[in-house]
Amino acid sequence: MEDCLSKKIEITVSEAEKRTGRNAMNMQETYTAYLIETRAVESQNEGQCSPVDSLWRRYSEFELLRNYLLVTFPHIVVPPLPEKRADFVWHKLSADNMDPDFVERRRIGLENFLLRVASHPVLCRDNIFYSFLTQESGWKEMVNETGFQLKADSRLKALNATFRVKNPDKRFTELKHYSDELQSVISHLLRVRARVADRLYGVYKVHGNYGRVFSEWSAIEKEMGDGLQSAGHHMDVYAASIDDILEEEEHYADQLKEYLFYAEALRAVCRKHELMQYDLEMAAQDLTSKKQQCEELATGTVRTFSLKGMTSKLFGQENPEQREAKIKVLEEQIQEGEEQLKSKNLEGRDFVKSAWADIERFKEQKNHDLKEALISYAVMQISMCKKGIQVWTNAKECFSKM
Amino acid sequence: DASLAEANSFSPSMPTSPASMINQYKFEEEPELRDLFITVDDPESHITAIETFITYRVVTKTSRSEFDSSEYEVRRRYQDFLWLKSKLEEAHPTLIIPPLPEKFIMKGMVERFNDEFIETRRKALHKFLNRIADHPTLTFNEDFKIFLTAQAWELSSHKKQGPGLLSRMGQTVRAVASSVRGGVKNRPEMFTEMNDYMETFSQKINVLDKIAHRIYKEEREYFNEMKEYGPIHTLWSASEEDIADSLKGVASCIDRCCKATEKRMAGLSENLLPIIHEYVLYSEILMGVLKRRDLIQGELDSKVDALASKRAEKDAITEEIGKLEDKVECANNALKADWERWKQNMQYDMRSAFTNVAENNLHYYEECLATWESFLTSQTVDLHVEEDSEDQ
Repeated sequence: MEDCLSKKIEITVSEAEKRTGRNAMNMQETYTAYLIETRAVESQNEGQCSPVDSLWRRYSEFELLRNYLLVTFPHIVVPPLPEKRADFVWHKLSADNMDPDFVERRRIGLENFLLRVASHPVLCRDNIFYSFLTQESGWKEMVNETGFQLKADSRLKALNATFRVKNPDKRFTELKHYSDELQSVISHLLRVRARVADRLYGVYKVHGNYGRVFSEWSAIEKEMGDGLQSAGHHMDVYAASIDDILEEEEHYADQLKEYLFYAEALRAVCRKHELMQYDLEMAAQDLTSKKQQCEELATGTVRTFSLKGMTSKLFGQENPEQREAKIKVLEEQIQEGEEQLKSKNLEGRDFVKSAWADIERFKEQKNHDLKEALISYAVMQISMCKKGIQVWTNAKECFSKM
Repeated sequence: DASLAEANSFSPSMPTSPASMINQYKFEEEPELRDLFITVDDPESHITAIETFITYRVVTKTSRSEFDSSEYEVRRRYQDFLWLKSKLEEAHPTLIIPPLPEKFIMKGMVERFNDEFIETRRKALHKFLNRIADHPTLTFNEDFKIFLTAQAWELSSHKKQGPGLLSRMGQTVRAVASSVRGGVKNRPEMFTEMNDYMETFSQKINVLDKIAHRIYKEEREYFNEMKEYGPIHTLWSASEEDIADSLKGVASCIDRCCKATEKRMAGLSENLLPIIHEYVLYSEILMGVLKRRDLIQGELDSKVDALASKRAEKDAITEEIGKLEDKVECANNALKADWERWKQNMQYDMRSAFTNVAENNLHYYEECLATWESFLTSQTVDLHVEEDSEDQ
């Protein structure tokens, strides 16, 4: 098995830059461009510093790439992009897309996306993806030339299938259920986390008020003065410490967000299965009715009511030649239909097999990543507690000297 | 500490922790020297045709000979405490009389007598009486003794005696009159310093009061959000298999930290907040004491001025001046001594209150640390060694 792209080249999204340009309607717009750097891995091992290739891409190009992957590989759980707009923000964070902190976190998210695709056994082999990383000009045209937009299933068709499909694979139904639950629970968690962060920020910052009062108070005290003054300083340190703590937590939130968006990718695969299954069921139904029609015409018995049948009864039967012609047409259609049904069946089974393989891969990845995320959260809490212990130990010492 | 345990033994209904006991009882001298022990408890509601009010049980145990009995139990209402305070102020105008809890709290009071309010008031009344008992002069005040020992009807009849409303009004008028002259110009340096100190102290303690309340509020809001945070992880674990245990572990950690935060909040409201509030009241009391000293001095000053202008009653005025000079000297000395005592107590109270805050925070963080560390251990036990060292 050939190695994933990620083993051959090193990919980083190293910089973000504000740009102004003209959009499709010739109006001026500001956007951020991201620098993608790639470097071959092998030559590094030989002790040489291999050259870095780089090009600039903006968010909309990432979106185009992802949409292409979604359509081209419907059986794959395609990694999600970082959010387009800042969501689940607590008050200190800005919801502004141009905010440097948001841009920075997005840069990391985009790099993560590229690494995910590059380490996916199927996706990493795609040419368009490789060109995205290496070919700055003409890439957009290349993608559009694949005509992938035409291959995309319409939303309406997909919705219709979801409601009408009779026998979808149970595993996909369960998976869809799971992805709904996952999405709901993670977004709830992120919302509450943001509120908790807000409150925690408030608790820490309000302690900063002690610093100034203690200092002013210490001016009128003789014995208590030193203790007050130095305690105030520690309160300032305490109040300031929350900024770094919450910034780190933001990365944790981003890890959860990735899986929030992954839920949608899971649902996309389920939808594709439902669509294919519905297609299959419709084709089978159509074939059955044609066979029935054929039988009726051949034997002359009308088993099912049909308007055509009625009208021919009322306005006169067809002659035997016409009937023969009809039967022949139907037999041809039935033949075609059976071949189509066979291939659709095969397609469907292949889809289920390969989709499920990727879903298993995804599950393992998800379990690993989320467990690590939870552990990193615990590590963050531990660090926060240790900082708190240090500050309050110092403060206690100062207070006891008052 | 055996004596503290003793002090606790006759107040079974009082839920005081050892730490707050130390705050309430031990101010300066060793507790073994105390011969007067007072508790305030058992609030009871009384409903009459005209009004509803609360009485508190006041239990006194003493070995003093001037008390007929060694144990007393009486019921007192807030009005009675107010009476006692005003009598003490009257008898000792330049002593620092401890603060009484306020009549009512302005904001956020729906019902005048909700349980939290009554309990806060009870604790403050308890402290009030004990502070008087600890005061070297006030503890021997006659009205104080009557307050502790007299039955309800005895107290009412005693209250009716003594200088009536009119004479008290007369005092106030004289006080206002001499305040015009102020007694400020001849004020000894020491008392000017005291005044300046109190002005700044008063400002700072009021700001501290606001800060402390704000911190409490923020901690409570944090607690409210945290309550919701843990359960979400449990809910999530229901949809998962492999990571269900980790999620449940996180949920339980968050819940335990939540409880720890509740403890921290309680510590704040039981310790720092009441103490700072008392000193807010103290700062008003002290400004009042300084004013009263100035008034007494003002009386002397106005007599001295009168002597300069009225040659006729020279002898009489000179005699009056003599008396007033003594009065001023007594007042000054009393205040000076009490000031030193107050400052020492204030220093002690502040030190112990803030140290207690630091300790509460330390306990909070230590408990949270232990919780998360044990979770981490449980998670990394079965992980790859590589990942283990990465976490560290």
